Amino acid sequence: MKVSNSEATLHENTFLQGAKDCVPTLFGYMSIGLAFGIVGVASHLSILEVACLALFVYAGSAQFIICALLVVNAPLSAIILTTFIVNLRHLLLSLTLAPYFTRYSLLKNIGFGTLLTDESFGVAVNKGLQQGKLYDKWMNGLNITAYVCWVISCTIGALFGQWISNPEIFGLDFALVAMFVALLVLQLEHVKSDKLKHNLFLIVLMIVFMISLSFVVPSHVAVLLSTVFVATIGVVTSK
Amino acid sequence: MTISLFMIWLLIGCTLVTWVPRVLPFMFVRNIQLPKVVVKWLSFIPVCILTALVIEGLIIETDDAITIDWQVLLVLIPTLFIALKTKSLSITVIGGVIFMALIRFFT
Repeated sequence: MKVSNSEATLHENTFLQGAKDCVPTLFGYMSIGLAFGIVGVASHLSILEVACLALFVYAGSAQFIICALLVVNAPLSAIILTTFIVNLRHLLLSLTLAPYFTRYSLLKNIGFGTLLTDESFGVAVNKGLQQGKLYDKWMNGLNITAYVCWVISCTIGALFGQWISNPEIFGLDFALVAMFVALLVLQLEHVKSDKLKHNLFLIVLMIVFMISLSFVVPSHVAVLLSTVFVATIGVVTSK
Repeated sequence: MTISLFMIWLLIGCTLVTWVPRVLPFMFVRNIQLPKVVVKWLSFIPVCILTALVIEGLIIETDDAITIDWQVLLVLIPTLFIALKTKSLSITVIGGVIFMALIRFFT
């Protein structure tokens, strides 16, 4: 019994399995990546510049905001500072996932962190809750598949950008929100039934915090502040 | 195929500020045992941040006010239903996009 269990676990944690577990999120990466390429070209970036942003910055929302700031001729320092704040939530994502990988080398850990996204975080955290452990090959399969797909999609979007002026009419931009809804539902799946009420209470609090804070700070700052506040309330109010 | 000098500095700066927050926890959590209360705090992060990202998608920011994107709100209902019913990432995303395309087509 033990042998078959560990075999099953190994089979579930190959690079290929990681790539397979990434597939459901690829539609999201592709549609948002294409949209970014189109927006990038519309913001007077060259195809090479679009590809470089995807390759090096590798952060959907930050890339869109960079384009928006470039269009209004914002200074370099303002763009970099905004990008930093928009992506600061990754600190929380990394902090949540990192404890699963402490047995691996520093270099491998840098690799996991470098390619971490909202989506790969969502998929990995679900898998971690499911099997209690996460493996290097699986994580790399997940991360690298997403990364390659993102860079290619952004570049293709830029190539086709000159012909498509309004990608929104296809509803593709909603892929991101739909993905976060599904990841949230999957996350709640793993919550024990006696704690579900508490989690739903936190979700309601999050909605209240997000909307109220958005009146006073930019929404990406609201994401950070609400998450920190409500997770703290979660600790205080849990039994 | 061009890239401006401004763009090169922008790329270097933005790469650094997006890379460091992603990697730092992976570098330091290896050497320290996180206190129980921190582990508990972290366990609430996924649900909180995923909710935040959904709500962020609902908000349209204008100069000094915010409005709710009613199209997104409307499509969110069947999308949530599909997610609860199928528990599938792909079906939820494709379903949501189709609903959104339909709403935009008919309004």
